Amino acid sequence: MKILVLIKQVPDTTDVKIDPVTNTLKREGVAAVINPFDMYAIEEALRVKERIGRDAEVVAISMGPPQAKEALKEAISMGCDSAILLSDRKFAGSDTWATSYTLSQAVKKIGDYKVIFCGKQASDGDTAQVGPGVSMHLDIPQVTYVKKIEKIDGEKATLERMTEEGYDIIETPLPAVFTVVKEINEPRLPSLKGKMKAKKAEIPVWSAEDIGCEEDKIGLDGSPTRVVKVFTPAPREGGQIIAGEADEIAVKLAVVLKDIVLGG
Amino acid sequence: MPQKEMIRIVMDKCTGCTLCVKACPFGAITIEAKKAVIDISRCTLCGACVEVCKFKAIELDKKEAKTSVDFSLYKDVWVFAEQKKGKVQSVAYELLGKGRELADKLGVDLCAVLLGDKVEAECAELVARGADKVYMVDNPKLKAYLDDPYTKVLTRLVGKYKPEIVLCGATVIGRSLISRVAVTINAGLTADCTGLDIDEKEKILLQTRPAFGGNIMATIITPNHRPQMSTVRHKVMKELSPDTSRKGEIIKEEFSPETFESRTVLKDIVEEIEETVNLAEADIIVSGGRGVGAPENFSMIKELALSLNAALGASRASVDAGWIPYSHQVGQTGKTVCPKLYIACGISGQIQHLIGMQSSDVIIAINKDPDAPIFKVATYGIVGDIFKIVPALTKEFKKILK
Repeated sequence: MKILVLIKQVPDTTDVKIDPVTNTLKREGVAAVINPFDMYAIEEALRVKERIGRDAEVVAISMGPPQAKEALKEAISMGCDSAILLSDRKFAGSDTWATSYTLSQAVKKIGDYKVIFCGKQASDGDTAQVGPGVSMHLDIPQVTYVKKIEKIDGEKATLERMTEEGYDIIETPLPAVFTVVKEINEPRLPSLKGKMKAKKAEIPVWSAEDIGCEEDKIGLDGSPTRVVKVFTPAPREGGQIIAGEADEIAVKLAVVLKDIVLGG
Repeated sequence: MPQKEMIRIVMDKCTGCTLCVKACPFGAITIEAKKAVIDISRCTLCGACVEVCKFKAIELDKKEAKTSVDFSLYKDVWVFAEQKKGKVQSVAYELLGKGRELADKLGVDLCAVLLGDKVEAECAELVARGADKVYMVDNPKLKAYLDDPYTKVLTRLVGKYKPEIVLCGATVIGRSLISRVAVTINAGLTADCTGLDIDEKEKILLQTRPAFGGNIMATIITPNHRPQMSTVRHKVMKELSPDTSRKGEIIKEEFSPETFESRTVLKDIVEEIEETVNLAEADIIVSGGRGVGAPENFSMIKELALSLNAALGASRASVDAGWIPYSHQVGQTGKTVCPKLYIACGISGQIQHLIGMQSSDVIIAINKDPDAPIFKVATYGIVGDIFKIVPALTKEFKKILK
């Protein structure tokens, strides 16, 4: 029985600097990391394995360029049993439709899975569309925004799904896709043993052909959306500093904010 | 045989001017020996470089996917009217405001889609807020949101009436539902749009959205598939004032029982947020960060929030310290908000926090460190002690709002 984790390698936000002269994003040499939400997905997959039995196997899957192997090695160092990279020039230009199709094809090839974990969304695209898309391509249930797994066995799970007002308690049969939020756990650090294992790990690379993709469903051809323009937004106007004693500041602010505060 | 890449540099035309290097959102272009070199593994074929190149030195094969869809069958603009406990959520009215504008530009009807249990009373308000038609599916099994029945019902409605555009709130429910529908019907879906417009010539939807935490913006179209679907966050679009003299048609739809079946079971709905309003819907948010110093000090922040009828937010630092629950966290691993007013108290402004709040209309930052990055995005910055300024503000706002 397998527990799958779908992860994405993204540019490290903490590494992003704004050029003080041009006020635009400096992108050269930005480090790549595992998408922050996917760290929680990996951790939860490992915890589920510990809960439901050691014979379960955690497999991390990523779609991306060859260097995304680094992200998968990190997943192995945290405790994932194995990892697979989906990489093919034919995947270039994939939007969330094509990405979720491609990932679901890999999941079908692996087979024998009970749970598929995803982060709630990726920090570079912020769409939150791939997890639900995968569940639909596989025609299995999904629970999004999971903040706690109350119960899980081989057949079903009871989960808490975060909502705007609190949370829902949802019971689902397995297999299912779960997308997780930060509150669900605190990701572990890689162990020394894990790091050694990751170093030696061979990560198979699967192409479009390997996972039986239909050509018109992958990459740019399989993507209904097209980016027609990319631009840097005008930077936020520099602000005004209000100085003085606390009471004076409060009076000044109250004057400028009066309309907003009164619902104007 | 090496595959021919879809994007290429024309060597005799490239002058090594570096315009494309600066334009690439993905850091995929470098200059080597005075010529641009594209790192194909990083390139997403977005075309930003092609647009800025003054020498036509970059060629991109924009393969136009063939379409088998007859666009003339698709018309009207739809808004998914999310309801909770039988009440339509404010984001649906905001979408109707934008939807009205789009429908008028296209000369088509604006339609709301309402799924729920005993929700007929809400239809009048949807019409007053701009809808020409309301498609309503009223069934006890649609009382609260569940992925399966909502996906099946919305998919069937779209299949039957063929809207050209479908708008949905980027809420927990909206985001869970709409990508399932888009995958099923092979539609294009663009998340978290901040700008929606119609290309007058092509009559297609132009969807503009931030990417990478708002550091770049992208305009996205769905050229060969219908409907064109978008999600939009709370507070991004402006709602219309209700006009009760507007007339609209209510169309009740029924489906076979299996349409309403669900594999998942909703056991309970737990509400946790009592004293402060929902962050996503709030007009004003007061947030506390590391500078608050201790969990008990949050009562001071909360008091300011209460005086303004505002929602209570927090930075990751204060959540991770255990001072306040995660549901209040604003930022990359928390919530993205865009209120009219955001007051950041003792928040330094790490990029992960700024990503979540920098599109707020007005930002007030109070921090004792004059070099804190939060001041770069603040409309009004106050360098000082939150323990003096926050209570003074509370006192002053209480006076105004008395």
